[in-house]
Amino acid sequence: MKFGVVVFPGSNCDHDTYHVISKVLGQPVDFIWHKDERIDGYDAIILPGGFSYGDYLRTGAIARFSPVMRSVKGFAASGGLVLGICNGFQILCEAGLLPGTLLRNRDLKFICEHVNVRVERTDTPFTVSYRKGQVLSIPIAHGDGNYFCDIDTLRELESDGRIIFRYCDARGEATDAANPNGSLANIAGICNRERNVVGLMPHPERASESLLGSNDGRLLFLSLATSLSEMLKLRA
Amino acid sequence: MKITPEIIEQHNLTGDEYRRIAALLKRAPTFTELGIFSVMWSEHCSYKSSRIHLKRLPVEGDCLVQGPGENAGIVDIGDGWCAAFKIESHNHPSFIEPYQGAATGVGGILRDIFTMGARPVAALNSLRFGPVRDQDDSAEAAGSVIARNRRIMTGVVKGIGDYGNAFGVPTIGGEVVFADCYSLNPLVNAFALGLVRREQIFYGKAEGVGNAVIYVGAKTGRDGIHGATMASAEFDDAALEKRPTVQVGDPFAEKLLLEACLEAMRSGAIVGIQDMGAAGLTSSSCEMGARAGTGIEINLDLVPQRETGMTAYEMMLSESQERMLIVAERGRERQVHEIFARWDLDAVTIGRVTDDQKLRVVHKGEVVAEIPNSALTDEAPRYDRPQSSGNEAVHVDPAPYLNEICGRIAGEIGSSDLHDVLTECLRRLLASPNLACKQWVWKQYDHMVRTNTVVLPGADAAVIRVKETRRSLAVSLDGNGRYCSVDARAGARLAVVEAARNVVCSGARPLAVTNCLNFASPERPEVMRAFSETIDGMSDACRALGTPVTGGNVSFYNETEGRGVYPTPVVGMLGVIEDTRQITTPWFAEAGDRILLLGATGDDLGATEFLESLGGVVAGGVPELDLEDELAVQRTCLRAISAGLLRSAHDCSDGGLAVALAECCFSHYRRDSLGARLDLREHLDLSGIRAMADADRRMLALLFGETPGRIIVSAAPDRADAVMALAAQEGADCAVIGEVGGDRLSISLGAHTLIDERVDVLEKLWRESLPGHLDRAGLDER
Repeated sequence: MKFGVVVFPGSNCDHDTYHVISKVLGQPVDFIWHKDERIDGYDAIILPGGFSYGDYLRTGAIARFSPVMRSVKGFAASGGLVLGICNGFQILCEAGLLPGTLLRNRDLKFICEHVNVRVERTDTPFTVSYRKGQVLSIPIAHGDGNYFCDIDTLRELESDGRIIFRYCDARGEATDAANPNGSLANIAGICNRERNVVGLMPHPERASESLLGSNDGRLLFLSLATSLSEMLKLRA
Repeated sequence: MKITPEIIEQHNLTGDEYRRIAALLKRAPTFTELGIFSVMWSEHCSYKSSRIHLKRLPVEGDCLVQGPGENAGIVDIGDGWCAAFKIESHNHPSFIEPYQGAATGVGGILRDIFTMGARPVAALNSLRFGPVRDQDDSAEAAGSVIARNRRIMTGVVKGIGDYGNAFGVPTIGGEVVFADCYSLNPLVNAFALGLVRREQIFYGKAEGVGNAVIYVGAKTGRDGIHGATMASAEFDDAALEKRPTVQVGDPFAEKLLLEACLEAMRSGAIVGIQDMGAAGLTSSSCEMGARAGTGIEINLDLVPQRETGMTAYEMMLSESQERMLIVAERGRERQVHEIFARWDLDAVTIGRVTDDQKLRVVHKGEVVAEIPNSALTDEAPRYDRPQSSGNEAVHVDPAPYLNEICGRIAGEIGSSDLHDVLTECLRRLLASPNLACKQWVWKQYDHMVRTNTVVLPGADAAVIRVKETRRSLAVSLDGNGRYCSVDARAGARLAVVEAARNVVCSGARPLAVTNCLNFASPERPEVMRAFSETIDGMSDACRALGTPVTGGNVSFYNETEGRGVYPTPVVGMLGVIEDTRQITTPWFAEAGDRILLLGATGDDLGATEFLESLGGVVAGGVPELDLEDELAVQRTCLRAISAGLLRSAHDCSDGGLAVALAECCFSHYRRDSLGARLDLREHLDLSGIRAMADADRRMLALLFGETPGRIIVSAAPDRADAVMALAAQEGADCAVIGEVGGDRLSISLGAHTLIDERVDVLEKLWRESLPGHLDRAGLDER
């Protein structure tokens, strides 16, 4: 199994994501340059956090046009696993791989802190190792994390079980007070219809070692590895 | 253009300085040359008023790899790794344009780090603003001053956040202080730390005659022209007209520049590299030549330009951000160009290294400047400015103010019971902006990117792990302008030992220092005297600790409309934690643990936070520092941590023992708050006290006095004796003063209760203070 971490100009969580996959998970991983149009040989692609192209226009708005994104779309269409973290989530929304968009935070400030996130669905390749309803402590660090979509899309997300993570309080209640950025329905992460593309604002790679205070994010990467090895077994 | 006395004055040069320029050139300077001299001889670039004093700072140490004189200091941290670190001021621009001023301050210090070949791994900053709470509004300072201070602070914090966050460096700590004198003179000191393999360090040297001089990074525009000169003068009411001298930051370009520079350095094609910071193209070219004993010739026609019709003068003085000057091996230019092209950055060969030790600038076929490097660097003026004579300080007795504060508070709460009054004092202190929780600030900074932040902000020192080793690095920024305003020498010594104590509390051995010296006009003898005293105080303390000063920055002329800042030296102390598992934090860990106080408490109420926050006065002398006692306490703490005896360690300083104890009790990430019961009978000797008034004062000193050299530690019950034994060996005072547990902070002296309050009540006051003052500020402005 092989992971690829895309490096856009301005990505700044690329090294962190690489570190978790290679050192914490012990899996093979490469950086993929944004100008690369061919991404053969990968089993999962991760779009890391950061400020791609500076994000001066609108988060992810330029990155969606970068050459590598054409291949990422093809990869996703063929069933490949794609994970977007923070800026990666924003890019996936801009690229149309996930519905909705990420607006400025409700209080207009950048927020960096640990938040509680409830696992809504364990039936994605990214969450199989979690328990449904499990409350995770994972940091967020963003200025534009306020998820928004139209009401029909929200209904569809709800009814299809595509809301994967919600902000919640320590007891797991998705209250408004526990919503750090004003996201619609406390949405912290969603998946596409086919469930092979997931985007989330919290940074699981920052919560994958107990030395850093929490390793609740590690299970996300572990889920990914477990799912991949199952998929590879089936293919073989 | 003919150079008239008016033009010379506009360049902030004196008549004598102009004559010296003409003598060095053996002719009248061209207009471009005059501009070049004016920035290189500005206080900001030449250190002309400070240089003779800075020489007294200790610069030697076993760990030292690079001392002052380069873009950043470097120390060896073991296993072949080195830490590059430095602090620099961006005070003047941050007053004129808070957001960009602070942002470009961060950008500048990050470039200073990666120009040495080091990848920046942490940023911190030391910030000082005028008061931001309504009640600090004195009669003559209308609400507009408070609103303006809030606007400056909000802009500065956002500027720092937006730059560091996008660049991808965690901003992990620092300090935020409020006082009247910073109202129109905010101080923004940015610190950065980077890691580099010892064999991969780069220097700002233009070695090898014939080698290529390559311009890389952003294009040159008309922004920031004369920024260094602006930062070398006091402001008047026309200060805001200087906004065009402030640069505009682009963290995205800087991030690309970082990656491209590190890649180019690894290629082996690069000989020397320097950031184009203050005085841009001018300082980078003449300083690189001067360090290598070579010259540099550049052709300005080749410089990438953002605007059309730029003159040689404008290009040489522009402070456009995110640019670097590289000297590359002759014949390998193309390799360097290709690396930068890959990162979509300009890289253009604009000149060559020469052997004539001159900076030669060609524009449109003409030599527009030709100046010996030494004239711009070593031959720059040095002033031994007049100092006022010493001992003029007369300390005001704080006693009447103490009585006034306690009396007033007793009146306001309707109780003169000692325990009610003291508890109310603690509540108010915890809610005072200087002591209140600074989460409002650090929450806007990405403090976790790079996944090395092993201690979240709010501890005594910021700590990051070094992934490649088992070590961690601790950093603390400390300054106390209030102390220095009373006694600069003592204040500077206290700042150094407090910074050391903070890193010690995290489990780190203090290694080396960088400093940022913020002062008013050096042309005022009392300022110059305070500066000189500061250097001596800092030198004393650094020598005692064995921590060399590896560089830093001096910022003079922090005054507006004749009002200057307190002498404000800020110390950045770097420490190394040998084993990441031994990192210690300030927060009490478990009920039942014993609380011990290392160090003795004196009668040190002078110049305290207590007097300033609750009484609005600075009165009395600064706390007495006994360096030997201080070192004994720090050694004890460090040994106790290494021996695995401690569960927590917290420096006891601003606000005194009661405030420090409350902080130990407060909640932290994944740890609920914990109470503590303390009896200070063992610690305080009441024998000398005759009258009750004396007793009250001693109790105030006990709770809120700021005697240095004290650390609150906690240990499992069966470890307390071992800590006591260690303290005895080291010759440090040590007493068990209480026990962790419950949900109240209660401090007594034998049968007398001094303070008793629920921890959650105290914590709420402490946490909600700054957001209360600042978030409303945003609404005021919109």
